[in-house]
Amino acid sequence: MKKVEAIVQPFKFEEVRDALKAIGVDGITVTDVRGHGRQKGHKEVYRGQEYQVDLLPKVKLELVIADARLDEVVRTLTRAARTGKIGDGKVFVYDVMDAVRIRNDDRGESAL
Amino acid sequence: MYRNRVVTLMLLVSAAAMAQGAPAGDARLAAIENSVKSAQSAGDNAWMLVSSALVLMMTGPGLALFYGGLVRKKNVLGTMMQSFVLMAVVTVLWAVVGYSLAFAEGSPFVGGFRYAFLDGVGAAPNADYAPTIPHQTFMIYQLMFAIITPALISGAFAERMKFSAMLLFMVLWSLIVYFPMAHMVWGKGGLLNAFSGGKVACFDFAGGTVVHITSGVSALVCALYLGRRKGYPSEMMKPHNLVLSFIGACLLWVGWFGFNAGSALASSPLATSAFVATHFAAASATLGWMLAEWLRSGKPSVLGAVSGCVAGLVAITPASGFVKPLPALAIGFAAGICCYFMVTKVKSIFRYDDSLDAFGVHGAGGTLGALLTGVFATSVVNDALRDSAGRPLPLGLVDGNGSQVLSQMAGIGIAWALGIVGTLAILKICDLTLGVRVEPEHETEGLDLSMHGEEAYNLEG
Repeated sequence: MKKVEAIVQPFKFEEVRDALKAIGVDGITVTDVRGHGRQKGHKEVYRGQEYQVDLLPKVKLELVIADARLDEVVRTLTRAARTGKIGDGKVFVYDVMDAVRIRNDDRGESAL
Repeated sequence: MYRNRVVTLMLLVSAAAMAQGAPAGDARLAAIENSVKSAQSAGDNAWMLVSSALVLMMTGPGLALFYGGLVRKKNVLGTMMQSFVLMAVVTVLWAVVGYSLAFAEGSPFVGGFRYAFLDGVGAAPNADYAPTIPHQTFMIYQLMFAIITPALISGAFAERMKFSAMLLFMVLWSLIVYFPMAHMVWGKGGLLNAFSGGKVACFDFAGGTVVHITSGVSALVCALYLGRRKGYPSEMMKPHNLVLSFIGACLLWVGWFGFNAGSALASSPLATSAFVATHFAAASATLGWMLAEWLRSGKPSVLGAVSGCVAGLVAITPASGFVKPLPALAIGFAAGICCYFMVTKVKSIFRYDDSLDAFGVHGAGGTLGALLTGVFATSVVNDALRDSAGRPLPLGLVDGNGSQVLSQMAGIGIAWALGIVGTLAILKICDLTLGVRVEPEHETEGLDLSMHGEEAYNLEG
């Protein structure tokens, strides 16, 4: 099993979710987060007082999938989240040791 | 039958009337005069009561929202409380001694105690100030000015002043700065009262010197005395909710009609003229600030537009009952640009932390407005000043009375001096007794929690 963690632009979130749904990814966890990569923030001016805003709002998606689906899921995700500009975000992939369904103690991929 | 009776009755009545003769005519005339008087009083009183309510609305919620939106979210309640509590504190002070010190006859500098505890302030008009409305209406209207003036100062020490020290400060400030200044400019026999034989004839229709210069200059003194907020200017201190500030500014614009047009103290053509001038100045000042900001920093911000509006309202305040609509446009536009540079350039050059720009807008805008009143005041708008033959006297530079600009400068100078000296002394007293500034950890925590034990936004609760 793999855990896919993607940080995407907030305005791209709906597209990403729809694309994942379309290929049959059911389970997903979503968090509003703030952060920055190489993307520079923006400038805000309040009565002449300038603020450089570096921490920008992003959406973080976490999903755990079967090993066999990894390439398909990541490709779908990046295609849906891409604008081609700096700030599109990142995808991280982790190995997952095990998964447990709390309702009935299913384990492994059958718990997903 | 019936007709005969009526004729007989009429004959009897006319005979009786003839028997009474002239005195009956006088009585009727007096009755008519009385009802005309009470009709005028009813109209004027209605407008003045509405104006009083409008001016109170400027403090709460107007100013409270305007300032509350500009601070960080941990200080929004504390900031709003500073305005709201003044609605209570100054009112009590006004009843006890404030109204008397401002408007009873006394020295040229401060009123006496004749109206202490509102003694003698009732339904009968006070002909010295407003002959067509109850004295009590005049009293409550002036109270609303005494409330908003100290509330304006709170913009300078926002986010860092102790609540207890703020209360003491505001009581002393009302006693030492506001009441004397109001007496000098508006009180009977006041030093600067152009309409009551003051030595220096300063024109201040609705409070350019009394309200905006005193509060603005005192604000600067407070900002310098208390020092900058922790982390200013390196730390991010963005306004936490500009929607609140926007609503507040719109309420201020509307409330200002009560402030300026109400200062005619009657529902008169002069009130209309002041209303028009006020509105025009607010509009052109909005555009002035917006254009200046657009050209200099690339974007016309909402905060800039509403700040410009307030700057224009401040500047037109002393002039509103003296100037024609087009000069009002000019005064507003000048104020929008001038105040923009005060808060963006001058503040950053001197690096004082006038947190919400009470000085940059009220001190600077008030001074500019008071000065320009001397330029644009005209007897075409206000003919209250007359020579011994009853002809209206020329008022400002446009009437050919250039010396009025000097008189305005004298008024401005006195307001600045009183604001600086008075505020410094009061701050010293507050600092020695209570300490003016909150503890550093309280400042970090925010005034809402540390001073009031509450938080404004409990959206997850």
